[in-house]
Amino acid sequence: MVTQTPRKKLFAREAKSDILLLIILYTLLIIVSLAVLYPIIYVISSSFSSPNAINSGKVVLLPVEFSTLGYERILQYKPLWMGFMNSTIYALGSGLLSTTLTLLAGYPLSRKNFVGRNTIMIYMVITMFFGGGLIPYYLLLNKLNLIDTRWVMIIPGAVSVFNVIIARTFLQANIPDELFDAATVDGCSHFRFFGSVVLPLSKPLIAILFLFAAVGAWNSYFNALVFLRSQELMPIQIVLRNVLIQNQSFGNYGLVSVEMQKLKMNDLLKFGMIVIGTLPLMIAYPFVQKHFVKGVMIGSIKG
Amino acid sequence: MEKAISIPVNAKITWLRIVRNWQLYVMIAPAIILIFIFNYIPMAGAQIAFRDYNPIGGIWGSPWVGLKNFDWFFSLPDAWRMIRNTIVLSGLGIALGFTAPIILALMINEIPNERFKRYVQTVTYAPNFISVVVMVSIILTLLNPRIGVVGHIFSGLGLPATDLMGKAQAFPWIYVISNIWQYAGFDTIVYLAALSAISPELYEAARMDGASRLQKMRHIDIPGILPVIVILLILEMSNILGIGFEKIFLMQNPLNLPVSEVISTYVYKMGLLRSDFSFGTAVGLFNSVVNFILLISANWIAKRTQEVSLW
Repeated sequence: MVTQTPRKKLFAREAKSDILLLIILYTLLIIVSLAVLYPIIYVISSSFSSPNAINSGKVVLLPVEFSTLGYERILQYKPLWMGFMNSTIYALGSGLLSTTLTLLAGYPLSRKNFVGRNTIMIYMVITMFFGGGLIPYYLLLNKLNLIDTRWVMIIPGAVSVFNVIIARTFLQANIPDELFDAATVDGCSHFRFFGSVVLPLSKPLIAILFLFAAVGAWNSYFNALVFLRSQELMPIQIVLRNVLIQNQSFGNYGLVSVEMQKLKMNDLLKFGMIVIGTLPLMIAYPFVQKHFVKGVMIGSIKG
Repeated sequence: MEKAISIPVNAKITWLRIVRNWQLYVMIAPAIILIFIFNYIPMAGAQIAFRDYNPIGGIWGSPWVGLKNFDWFFSLPDAWRMIRNTIVLSGLGIALGFTAPIILALMINEIPNERFKRYVQTVTYAPNFISVVVMVSIILTLLNPRIGVVGHIFSGLGLPATDLMGKAQAFPWIYVISNIWQYAGFDTIVYLAALSAISPELYEAARMDGASRLQKMRHIDIPGILPVIVILLILEMSNILGIGFEKIFLMQNPLNLPVSEVISTYVYKMGLLRSDFSFGTAVGLFNSVVNFILLISANWIAKRTQEVSLW
């Protein structure tokens, strides 16, 4: 009886009628997960293949004629690195500013004795459902002289009401009012309480808010498309768009010379650039995923 | 007499609470100011939809033209085509994209093996973090008849190589299916959280009655997450005309433009690329107002039928 088969173990406690259902569910979920993984593996494999193999459609799952030629060429592609640097600035800037302002707004809203908190909540939530639209927004940024500056990528979107709600919900649950009342007996002000009690107890919240803002800034291209003009300010997503979707040629940068060779290289370089553009998130994925899930859960409690 | 006395006392207490907590107002001030500048000022700026905007007159001084911009928009044959395109994409998105994560969550929830469960979640959440630009370029390569897997499948079936991105009828399907690929996994989080909050006593009672897993799903799981489904559906409905700009704009090409031009991409092209500020604002405002009406009606219907609502 010691030699139980794994399948028997797996379904040991199941009723007979449920075993069929579970087999179907396992099969379906395996298919789903493979379907999700396939395009990702395909892109990575292609980026390590030879231009010829890609061009003749030989790459199906694993790298064919393994080569790092694509990456060697991409390393010399200056706009990509400039975009990489700009995006890092925007992601860190947005992360820092947004986290700071959101925490500062979330704390008062989480206090019961904060007079006016319902009014302020309504004032904020209205903006989630109604806005002036793109053109008046553009005209405003233009008037403020923010168009085509780095600031436009960081300041206007710094306060996300959804994030404020997450912060408020988290602080309501984790920093009870009684804690502040106890601290005030010792003559503690809100500022000091925020700095020495709230912040140390809010590390998970800080991670969530920072990652929401930073990942959002890294992945978005819309603001840059509409509000930036200068090439040297462009984030990585715009650089990727120019190459991957608008098929801007690499030729100008002396990476490929002959016309035919260029065409063949283009596809290879595209795969490599997709990988490099997504690399920071791939590396941080386990960490990012954990906090995103937490953030969504907190956000779904109220709202 | 009693009332006359109690009001000033209450007001005094309130005032005291405000003064004692003045630091809270300092903390929240930056957020309030930024929201005022970047959300409320553009709302006032939306009045140029009713004016003939020129840079000299500005938002408050350009000549008033009433509904001229709206009349012009609705007189265009393009207008109705765009509204239709937007509704088709949103409708298909709700029919398939909205239900996919619900089904996936119900499936994942049934899996007794924790490690397999975590594996499926880790894998299916991942595409959520891919940027729109990368997502669209993955679509373009996979659908490329020369190098992509779809080309292999077509030739394997003995079909001629076709560029699906060049086929207008295929556009809504490519859009919605790729959205499911990217977001269905991550969107299960809310449902899985709701499923785990269902009282274990219900399952215990069902087990005593000899209910199968499928019966438990139908009579416990689905009713258990229905309130969450309704809330998310309300939000989804309110956004029928507000379909996202980023992905559609990147997927557009001259061949699919007849079905891929939606309101948000049109506002960008007319308003900013052609600098027709008033016209672009009018189209955008029409969009916001419809969204708002849809939100309120969806909420009202949900309140009436399901006794669940946003407010």
